[in-house]
Amino acid sequence: MGMTMTQKILASHAGLDSVKAGQLIRAKLDMVLGNDVTTPVAIKEFKAAGFDKVFDKDKVSIVLDHFTPNKDIKSAEHCKMCREFAGEKDVTNFYDVGKMGVEHALLPEKGLVAPGEVIIGADSHTCTYGAVGAFSTGVGSTDMAAGMATGEAWFKVPSAIKFNLTGKPAKWISGKDVILHIIGMIGVDGALYKSMEFGGDGLKYLSIDDRLTMANMAIEAGGKNGIFEVDDVTRAYLDERVDREYTVYTADEDAEYDAVYDIDLSALKPTVAFPHLPENTKTIDEVGEVKLDQCVIGSCTNGRLEDLEKAAEIFKGRHVAKNIRAIIIPATQKIYRDAMKEGLFDIFMDAGCIISTPTCGPCLGGHMGILAKGERAISTSNRNFVGRMGHPESEVYLASPVVAAASAIKGYICGPDEI
Amino acid sequence: MNAKGKVHKYLDNVDTDVIIPARYLNSSEPSELAAHCMEDIDADFVNNVKPGDIMVARNNFGCGSSREHAPIAIKASGIGCVIAATFARIFYRNAINIGLPIMECPEAAENINAGDEVEVDFDTGVIRDITTGREFKAEPFPEFIKDIINKNGLLNSLK
Repeated sequence: MGMTMTQKILASHAGLDSVKAGQLIRAKLDMVLGNDVTTPVAIKEFKAAGFDKVFDKDKVSIVLDHFTPNKDIKSAEHCKMCREFAGEKDVTNFYDVGKMGVEHALLPEKGLVAPGEVIIGADSHTCTYGAVGAFSTGVGSTDMAAGMATGEAWFKVPSAIKFNLTGKPAKWISGKDVILHIIGMIGVDGALYKSMEFGGDGLKYLSIDDRLTMANMAIEAGGKNGIFEVDDVTRAYLDERVDREYTVYTADEDAEYDAVYDIDLSALKPTVAFPHLPENTKTIDEVGEVKLDQCVIGSCTNGRLEDLEKAAEIFKGRHVAKNIRAIIIPATQKIYRDAMKEGLFDIFMDAGCIISTPTCGPCLGGHMGILAKGERAISTSNRNFVGRMGHPESEVYLASPVVAAASAIKGYICGPDEI
Repeated sequence: MNAKGKVHKYLDNVDTDVIIPARYLNSSEPSELAAHCMEDIDADFVNNVKPGDIMVARNNFGCGSSREHAPIAIKASGIGCVIAATFARIFYRNAINIGLPIMECPEAAENINAGDEVEVDFDTGVIRDITTGREFKAEPFPEFIKDIINKNGLLNSLK
């Protein structure tokens, strides 16, 4: 029986000719990632277990992005602990304020992830790097500690669901609409323990930024990882960023899938996830009148340059509605600078938006835009759980950057065609 | 090894943001995390929970963030075992890795009620609802995972 893309990558890293779904393996790691929330717990575990050095100083990344620039004394203490550990262990890829960005935007941008590699990260959205054909998955702090110490992790080999993308998406349809549509269709546990493998003729219409958004939200369907076939779009992206050699894996012709879905991209409409689960999706024509208090455009899901460019296309020459706070968060320093050079900041500021330093910030209710009781936000982030962005009785609606921008202008949820 | 206690029951898709809201993630101290465990969906939990109590939920327990603070908060609150129909995969790994006993058993998750007295035998996988007299059987862990649990967590198993 043939193997899926994910199974081939895992087999190669476990030193095996083949693996099958359900098999327990130990695999070698190409990168181990942590942030300022999860790394301190990993450091405590690492030290308590008596380890004194990391397995490879070039294969550990620590990114201080969640509560930075530090929002309070406790988070400053956590960042200090990370900074000291990175210094002691001579961690090459340590990103502090001034160099940092939202981790899952930063690592691909820096060329730290490549096709065929195995990456674990103590952050659930580590699945993002499947966009470039890597196997990457979120783990906890203990796995991060063990990974830093040994360069290996245990995995149960996943089965897979295949998504065959066809057709050309309409002008305002982005990767966010595609993945929200899929999560709405299969549910928040629709891919539990499984890989989500994306391919098909429609792939060529999805940019790397679209694919990063989609792979990022595989976890919101319960998936172990999301992974894309590598094509010319991927190679063009990697050529500018990755010097080392990498291996491109393709699924076998006879690979077995638990399910195969055909997704016609040309039939998709702008899609919004209602509180309090990403599976509660409605297309833009079904949303009704939902008044808003805040709009957030950013995060590891949609804080990349293309996202900001599309939002700016909507904001240009327009102004946000009265009483709407519109917060734009470029995901990395490079994205921030590029957006500024392109003149997007003027467009945003003329429209009445504010521009934040890179941070995860409000996405997880950390800082930089917390909601009061009863308030509603439209956000380009990935989760709308109870209390995610603030008060347990606040609400988060998930959408693409163009829908978020159009909604900020109107003051209620609407599509880009309505402005 | 076993756990015996009163049941705290929840429904589908209990996410890690409600198990321990991110506003408390500026701490990694188990006791501080436990003080806020479940507060956004069950404000009384921290007052009602007693050492050895059992948490029961339905599908996809622990979905969302990879924060190990979630199983740490549950463990530090005194919960002796979590039973669910299914667990989100990162939570499942994290619970094993830190030594919080968990059991996947759809029948138990469906039929055990809030407030029931329940006893769990980790070696046999037998879950007994003392209040109703019903018995359920969970799949035992594979040997590989038993080894991690028996050595009191992943890092100890690597030594």
